[in-house]
Amino acid sequence: MILVNAREATVDLSGVARRFGRRWVLRGVDLSVGAGESVALMGNNGSGKTTLLRVIATLLRPTRGSARVLGFDVPADAARVRAQVGLLGHQAGLYEDLTAAENLRFSQQMAGLQHDASAIDRVLAQIGLSPERDHRVRGFSAGMRRRLALGRLLLRPPRLLLLDEPYAAFDADGVALVNRFARQVTSAGGTTVIVTHDYARAQGAVDRVVRLEEGRVLDGLPREPEPLTV
Amino acid sequence: MSWQLEASRVRAIVWKDLTAERRTKANFNAVVFFAALTLLLFGFATGPNPERQREIAGGILWLTILFSGVLAFNRSYEQELEGGALDVLLLYPGERRSIFLGKLVANLGFIALVELILVPTAALLYQLPFGNAPLALISVLALGSFGFVTLGTFYAAMASRVRAREVLLPLLLFPMLVPLLVGAVEATSALLGPGGDVMGNSGSWIRLLIVFDLIFLVATVLVFDYVIED
Repeated sequence: MILVNAREATVDLSGVARRFGRRWVLRGVDLSVGAGESVALMGNNGSGKTTLLRVIATLLRPTRGSARVLGFDVPADAARVRAQVGLLGHQAGLYEDLTAAENLRFSQQMAGLQHDASAIDRVLAQIGLSPERDHRVRGFSAGMRRRLALGRLLLRPPRLLLLDEPYAAFDADGVALVNRFARQVTSAGGTTVIVTHDYARAQGAVDRVVRLEEGRVLDGLPREPEPLTV
Repeated sequence: MSWQLEASRVRAIVWKDLTAERRTKANFNAVVFFAALTLLLFGFATGPNPERQREIAGGILWLTILFSGVLAFNRSYEQELEGGALDVLLLYPGERRSIFLGKLVANLGFIALVELILVPTAALLYQLPFGNAPLALISVLALGSFGFVTLGTFYAAMASRVRAREVLLPLLLFPMLVPLLVGAVEATSALLGPGGDVMGNSGSWIRLLIVFDLIFLVATVLVFDYVIED
């Protein structure tokens, strides 16, 4: 197991394996990520990065091994973990026929927050979508959808932020927005795990890189750059 | 989580589903058109004998509701699957039963609107004496629809995780609906009989519908958490 420091581990995985049908995607992952730490999870396609992120997020049960997230066992205490986790997945997870503001309002209600129109307006300004406040998501570009999905997390900053390929479809401003948010979470004592192929964009936001290969962790070196791929 | 928060989450789901449907109307128009077409085809299949048509009108009406309802249930989760919204929904804190209850209420509203058009159309096509016992008929429709929508919403959630969900849903749902279908058809036929339900036959069937509704409401709420997981 890779121990980063003496701080309490927010993510503590031991021998986590996950199988889909007969195919093992994760083959015994040991990983520890501390509070206030930001980690980039890198690896080739099919190495198990997204599956690992979904296990941490409680969306998948591990087939074998032990997973503790924020001090709780996954999946036994999944509900407690979910209350403190924010995930930006491959897909934006928005409702096409609702407006940007309505999507955020729905998110507020589902998260158990009081409806607060000023908070919605503030988040829309932060993500640069104020002019599109009352426009339906159906007409949004991929980048605008990603921004709005990020805005949903900004409404309720999580203790554990999980980002799956967060830079896809983002321009330079969008990348800065993601990294600023990741830093904001870690500086408040939270933890960020970023799945990415793009180390160049993530390097401003991560403390170390963890590589996955064929469902296993290879290393956890501080700020190790990923070789650029064309 | 307090019941007020859970009720607020249920309201949010209902509002979101019905708002999206109101704006597109794609599902509603298709379901109503399909239902009207089914009624018409049953009419052709049973021949021009009004006596015979009236005898089997209860069965025709309920089969039409069942067939058209399945289309609506599939669509109910489709919008969650489009763009990965289901994962986001599952990650909100709180009990997942509020997702089920929200979907259930939204689907009930949808089916009630379909029936509002379907029942007068059936009365017109088959010359049904709906004026005999209107309150009892409305009760049978409400109880039958409640049980049908409860199971339909539940099995649609289960089928939403598999690829052939459009085919799987009726295969899972229809066998479970046999007691409800028998009860609803018998009660409806008794109430539509010549001179109304003079023998009071509908009472025992209505009691069966109540028991069916209660059992399956409790059972589906209890196990929803397990079926919606990946």
